[in-house]
Amino acid sequence: MQTIKLKNKPYLLAGYSMVGPLEGKGPLKDYFDYILKDDTLKEKTFEKSERKLLQDIIVGAIDKAGLKITDIDFFFGGDLLNQIVSSSYTARELEIPFIGLYSACATMAESLALASIFVDNGLAENVVAGTCTHFSSAERQYRFPLELGNQRPPTAQWTITGGGASVISKTPSNIRVSAVTFGRVVDFGIGDVNNMGAAMAPAACDTIREHIKNMGRTAKDYDLILTGDLGKLGSEILIDLMEHDKIILGKNYSDCGCMIYDKTERVFMGGSGAGCSASVLNSYIFKKLSAGDFKRILLVSTGALMSTTTSQQGDTIPGIAHAVELEFAGANKTNLKVNFSKDTNNVKSKKGGK
Amino acid sequence: MDKQKRNTNYNIYVESKIPKTKAWPSLFKAFLVGGLICAIGQGFYDLYSYFFPNLAESELTSCMLMTIIFITCFLTGLGIYDVIGAWGGAGSVIPITGFSNSISSPAIEFKKEGIIYGICVKMFTIAGPVIVCGVVGSIICGFVGLFN
Repeated sequence: MQTIKLKNKPYLLAGYSMVGPLEGKGPLKDYFDYILKDDTLKEKTFEKSERKLLQDIIVGAIDKAGLKITDIDFFFGGDLLNQIVSSSYTARELEIPFIGLYSACATMAESLALASIFVDNGLAENVVAGTCTHFSSAERQYRFPLELGNQRPPTAQWTITGGGASVISKTPSNIRVSAVTFGRVVDFGIGDVNNMGAAMAPAACDTIREHIKNMGRTAKDYDLILTGDLGKLGSEILIDLMEHDKIILGKNYSDCGCMIYDKTERVFMGGSGAGCSASVLNSYIFKKLSAGDFKRILLVSTGALMSTTTSQQGDTIPGIAHAVELEFAGANKTNLKVNFSKDTNNVKSKKGGK
Repeated sequence: MDKQKRNTNYNIYVESKIPKTKAWPSLFKAFLVGGLICAIGQGFYDLYSYFFPNLAESELTSCMLMTIIFITCFLTGLGIYDVIGAWGGAGSVIPITGFSNSISSPAIEFKKEGIIYGICVKMFTIAGPVIVCGVVGSIICGFVGLFN
């Protein structure tokens, strides 16, 4: 069965998110842990900026959990750059045993799911899972030079600058991971790289349907079903596809790509990138869940598994979606809020010192 | 239902959901930006012919082109031309300024990979096809002209 129910329900000890200036102006600005003023992070190239960003995120998450880097057993992560260099180079600096993963923009759910399984089965005590993307390095790799005066089609999405990391642990907190579903690769024959939402929606539909069925639940049992980066068009398509399968996604459905940007920004269908679901999960969702505003949510990160080469050779875009079910574990397990604000300050002051 | 049929139906369905670009506003913007660029070019041409009356027509054209190519490169470097391009569309792509932007923007972008592997290799990633098609087209036209 593709859904794995976690017997011990490991805890989501801390979530840390960091985003760029544009994302920091969006509706979720009050939830992010750190908003960058300068998206180069004072590095010479955007690839270096991206790995610095990921490094800061991982260190931030570990700090926020009140742990040391040496307390972490494994680092699960990946990113969108070729050969997942941002994650590998981050792992080089941090010297945490590294399990590199790639599911394009679904990497957050994939790493979170595997990390949870590791902790659940007693293979590790504390594990960190995280990913990030950078608009400028993604544009460089997948599209055109930044300064080229071209137009984007209306179905295009905007790769976010930012990301997030979660610490999964045996130590109790307010949030537990109760089940995970690994998705099938689904391809409905969309070949347009500027319409990722339509390419990924069938995969999201497949994973949500299987997860709900295997858990013996209905869509109404979730306070929020959250897809990764389908965007406005992709979300509409998903709702139609789910309706076809007789599952109604109502007000409890949302998409990270639609949540992250202000409506006035020129971002077309919304945000995308591995960092999209990572940053929303570790900011807004983490805070809402740990406060008990949400009791049970389903995070479904979605990824498009093509490369620039396969697209140029005329292949269609395979999609994938992984799901992670998170539950509110009940308050007062630890005095989270006090600890967290203190730790966040520590992280910021350390940055100032560098 | 077999997969191929499913995919065809899905593509038709997606196509019906895609918001369409409105033709008239895009055409108007392109006309405005393209026209403005041409008017600026003509302005420089007239200016040069006023100050240097001895120059031939072809020399005046070259001077004018060099000026607007330089201005485009400069605006590309400042990060202004991509904003004009995103608004004006084909209006800023079709004139020679679009060509200039398509060469200068990768040159700036890939400078970080070094002069040889970055700038020299990547400079024509976007303009390359235009040059190749232009050269091949000229050869064909040359042959047609030769036998007529």
